[in-house]
Amino acid sequence: MATTTARPAALDPHQHLAHEARLTVDDRRELLRYMLLMRATEERALTLYRQGKVPGSYYDGRGQEAVSVGSAFALSPSDRACILHRDLGAHLLRGVRPGRVLAQMMGRAGGLTGGRDGNMHFGDKDLGCVGMVSMLPDMAPVACGLALAFQMRSEPRVAMTWFGDGSTANGQWHEAMNVAGVRKLPVVFVLENNQFAYSTPNSLEFVVDPIERAASYGFPGVKVDGNDVEAVFQASAEACERARQGGGPTLIEAETMRMHGHGAHDDMSYVPPEMLEEWSRRDPIESYEARLHDAGDVDLDSLREEVKAELDSETDWALAQEMPDPATATGGVFATEDPVMGDGKAPWSRWAKEASHA
Amino acid sequence: MPEITYLEAISDGLREEMRHDSSVFCMGQDIGKYGGAFKVTDGFFEEFGADRVWDTPLAENAMVGAAVGAAVEGLRPVCEMQFADFIACGFDRLVNVAGKMYYRQGLAVPMVVRLPSGGGFSGGPFHSQNPEAWFLQSPGLKVVAPSTAEDAKGLLASAIRDPNPVLYLEHKNLYRRIKGDVAEGRYETPMGELGVAREGTDLTVVSYGAMVHTALEATEDIDGASIEVLDLRTLCPLDRDGILESVRKTSKVVVLHEATRSCGVGAEVCSLIAEEAFEDLDGPVVRVTAPDVPIPFSPPLERAVLPQVDDVKEACRELLAY
Repeated sequence: MATTTARPAALDPHQHLAHEARLTVDDRRELLRYMLLMRATEERALTLYRQGKVPGSYYDGRGQEAVSVGSAFALSPSDRACILHRDLGAHLLRGVRPGRVLAQMMGRAGGLTGGRDGNMHFGDKDLGCVGMVSMLPDMAPVACGLALAFQMRSEPRVAMTWFGDGSTANGQWHEAMNVAGVRKLPVVFVLENNQFAYSTPNSLEFVVDPIERAASYGFPGVKVDGNDVEAVFQASAEACERARQGGGPTLIEAETMRMHGHGAHDDMSYVPPEMLEEWSRRDPIESYEARLHDAGDVDLDSLREEVKAELDSETDWALAQEMPDPATATGGVFATEDPVMGDGKAPWSRWAKEASHA
Repeated sequence: MPEITYLEAISDGLREEMRHDSSVFCMGQDIGKYGGAFKVTDGFFEEFGADRVWDTPLAENAMVGAAVGAAVEGLRPVCEMQFADFIACGFDRLVNVAGKMYYRQGLAVPMVVRLPSGGGFSGGPFHSQNPEAWFLQSPGLKVVAPSTAEDAKGLLASAIRDPNPVLYLEHKNLYRRIKGDVAEGRYETPMGELGVAREGTDLTVVSYGAMVHTALEATEDIDGASIEVLDLRTLCPLDRDGILESVRKTSKVVVLHEATRSCGVGAEVCSLIAEEAFEDLDGPVVRVTAPDVPIPFSPPLERAVLPQVDDVKEACRELLAY
């Protein structure tokens, strides 16, 4: 469960919220399925990279599946997300097909940006996502702007954005937190502390745990085990509900570990082997599988088969996509129409119920 | 049609758009009750309220970033940099997020950043810059720089209604110095079309912003020569055809801007002419610009750096005699 380390007097993150974040058996199956889907997609992408089919470098979120899946699971269809490169699970959960991600990695026309951008630099606007850029955490103030729009139109909607421990050292992180606090914006900041900013350990990034800073911006900071998908979900659901009810932002710190290098080119020589061993024992997928297995409600074998079959067909689809036409490289710099964003999928049963009541 | 100042025309344009379209809102430092450092938003707080006239903290990164987020969600933010110089603090969000958004993911970003720019009043190195060329190397951003009250209002309306991020350079030295007849109500000055400030046949001066007025004053009477003055109005997209049409008519060109020389708007205009109208020229294309130095504070130093009426006269005279 969430551990509160910073709590302004006015806002108690444990206060009873209108919606208790309940998970059904189907919800739990979905949480596991999206984590499996993320890992399977990233494993396929890494294979494609090693086969020389992925230009540039390759980045993944191995070991961080519980963070993206657990947090994005709390989002409603009309919420908006600015997703980080370690958080493929959030994209998949919002409705991005794995094949389009693989095509994106390979620079194919069928990828999410049609080859205009690579790796995890995408956001499907039709699914309510605004794609990240390499400068971090650029999307933190952007998420504040999305939230500002919701607030100005009095809409009970939330913007969620993810960033790493490295981002908390950047000046605009402070600006985004401060502005969110000043305007009490409906935004949820998910800090995934995966222990390293590329090769730089936490000890060289900050002296005080960034979660402690939340109080100084006037909103709750909640620290959770980032390898426990339900803990991440509970904290996120509470944060979203608080934001929807006008309670303002929340900073969630999900403590986790980046189990692969910064990119596929990085041998991680700077990570002590015992650290990797310790975290591999806390693998978010294995531990959740064990939990669901003990509960006996989910048929794990059929779920794994289902994910594998999906990835097989999605990989075939991606490999069948053509490379983009060079003649298209110079088009589409300027828009001729106003922006239109669509809503994402929201697998949490709460939203299905809400939709059926509507 | 009432005669109003350049500054009043900016206010008027912004007010009209905000009255007409509830998705338009302003953000910036001290723009609320105080009305802004230059009073462009004077009275806006009272008319539109604190939500739509947002007095932001001193946080250009957050302001520009939040504008991007609000824009993709359907609002039309107008950010005020207190001085154009401070866009350096919000540059990344503009160049890397806003400018590339549509190309990368097909998502338009209808936002405006107002940039009170230019020197001439001892603002010194941090309150006098003309940063337009910074953005011309950043695909996906549009850049406008009106010189008249009429265009100040019309280009602001066009910028706000455009679905792209637009940098709107408003020259501080024109704020209260320049007046003009400005239509009431809403109208647009089209982006991407230059204006002819004065027609002529012997020589063309290509300029924009405050320097249009310097050009007009300098070329009022140079030994009776007929001198055309072009007001570019939009720097991106540049009205290439309009420039070439004038060059083909006069065959002699002086390019004038207040910004520093190297790789500036003038360099682009000169290249365009060299590539497309070389055969039409009767002399070298001449640039009159600030040299590649920061804008100094002390009046004699600043005058030495910023193009003056006499500098333009001299350049025109020499070229006419070529």
